[in-house]
Amino acid sequence: MTTSRILRSSLLYLILTLAAVLVLYPLVYTFTASLMTPEESTMYPPKLLPSGLYLGTFQTVLELVPLQAFIFNSFVVSIAIMAGQVLTASMAAYAFVYVRFRGRALLFAIFLSTMMIPWEVTMIPNYLTVKSLEWLDSYVGLTVPFLASAFGIFLLRQFFMQLPRELFEAAKMDGCGHVRHFTRIVLPLSRPALASLAVYAFLNAWNMYLWPLLVTSSDTMRTVQIGISMLQFEEMTSWNLVLAGVTLVLLPSLLLLMLGLKQLVGGLTAGAIKG
Amino acid sequence: MSTTHREAYGAIRAKDSIVRTPAKRLSVWKEHAAGYAFLAPSLVLFGVFLFYPLFQSIYLSFHLTDPRGSVAAFVGFDNFTQLFASPAFWNSLEVTLQFTLLTVPAGIIAGLLLAALTYTKLRGTSLFRFIFSLPVALSVSTSSVIWMMLYHPTTGMLNFFLSKLGMSPVQWLIDPSWALVSVSIMTIWMNSGFNYILLLSGLQGIGSDIRDSARIDGSGPFRTFFQILLPLLSPTVFFLTVVSVMNAFQSFGQIHILTKGGPAGSTEVFVYSIYKEAFVNYQFGTGSALALVLFAIILLLTWIQFRFVEKKVHYQ
Repeated sequence: MTTSRILRSSLLYLILTLAAVLVLYPLVYTFTASLMTPEESTMYPPKLLPSGLYLGTFQTVLELVPLQAFIFNSFVVSIAIMAGQVLTASMAAYAFVYVRFRGRALLFAIFLSTMMIPWEVTMIPNYLTVKSLEWLDSYVGLTVPFLASAFGIFLLRQFFMQLPRELFEAAKMDGCGHVRHFTRIVLPLSRPALASLAVYAFLNAWNMYLWPLLVTSSDTMRTVQIGISMLQFEEMTSWNLVLAGVTLVLLPSLLLLMLGLKQLVGGLTAGAIKG
Repeated sequence: MSTTHREAYGAIRAKDSIVRTPAKRLSVWKEHAAGYAFLAPSLVLFGVFLFYPLFQSIYLSFHLTDPRGSVAAFVGFDNFTQLFASPAFWNSLEVTLQFTLLTVPAGIIAGLLLAALTYTKLRGTSLFRFIFSLPVALSVSTSSVIWMMLYHPTTGMLNFFLSKLGMSPVQWLIDPSWALVSVSIMTIWMNSGFNYILLLSGLQGIGSDIRDSARIDGSGPFRTFFQILLPLLSPTVFFLTVVSVMNAFQSFGQIHILTKGGPAGSTEVFVYSIYKEAFVNYQFGTGSALALVLFAIILLLTWIQFRFVEKKVHYQ
């Protein structure tokens, strides 16, 4: 071990630690502030660490704001969108790969080109549609416009095309129809791709901001994203209450990240698949 | 489809057209029906929530509407000419461009740096990898609320640290010359997890044999990174650039929470203008015109990136 190598690796760790502090500080700040007592949080100069584990702030914020309801709404909406996208996309991808029907190539080209349309272009008419159907402020209005996904169809089509073609021929010989072939052979073999799409769809739905802002108006239908941003507009004078709310919302997602970082990477990099 | 598949497919089709028994025709018909049955859910949903609204947007952009969304009068291109004549439109375009320039290059360089420092397995690497991936668990609203507190002019921690360093406090979100920078810093932080994960898995996909042979040939870590790994990583970097530019052009949440487009329009990005026009002023016609302009800009930017930048990308 030469001195230059030791020097180089300690420089590396120094940079890494500095970067880690920069990335972590806002989160550490959020967690520590939500553990402070009301007196500690209003001190000046501000305290960096709480003197003990004070959990009263969490209780207060849960009494003031229906955070549980927000989290529940977000779960319902995200799971519905996730299930819907996996179902509709896998069916459509199956048709594009295994069924020979008139207009297949044209329809696929049209579907593919819709990925270019930014969502904001359809936002205003969709809002008017949902309003005229009287779907405002309901789970239906929050989910139905997002149940199909061109990206999902494309992702699964790429995966289905890699499945051995012989399996399809053999199944056909055995008199296996499209429905059986789809549910018994293609879907079970595609679990990794379905999981990636599921994670991707869930995350996108969970993080949706503008659409829930437009279509929900009552506290009982708010999703987490809107609910959490309302914390600071309401009569929240004490900022450690706001941060306690943020902590409560963050904990489940951080926990999920710890458990499923691998799946998440699969879901996120799914978008990076080269055609 | 490979050539053999295509030939087989062609042969089947040729057979289809020669043998035309009623049973055969029925099975062909059933095949078409099956195709559309599998497509039906997506087709219906796209029809109602994608194709119809796309044409409706174009229709609305040529009309004036009342606050309930019904068309009041046909105005031709007036909505567009009015837009192009209004300083607010050019301001929001400029703000969006500035925001893109502030967030995209810095975000990608930071992600590259972190990925480059952690892609080889050393003691503690997995801890650092976990830390740098963490921001991916944050949504735009939780991040914005956290930074709202950090940026607070009197009780915020950032100004407290500045005063400890003997510097004068900064009016992060209130000063028009700082507001966009502040929103950008928060956005870079929020996106750093995604950028890092994507670039790290790109680097890991390159394979250790290339790195090993570079080392055996006497290439130092800097040279290996810049001359060998970076060119091989360029497809990932290119993909990330395209996605980041699109995201920057479609940013909304952080602006809505942190600044509401202010102060003095200094953070009024494009999507915020659409939102304001359509859902604050209830001008659905001009709102649609704005949305279509955004569509055109995104198409143009994507085309430029594929036309000029992708040529420099090195595909293995």
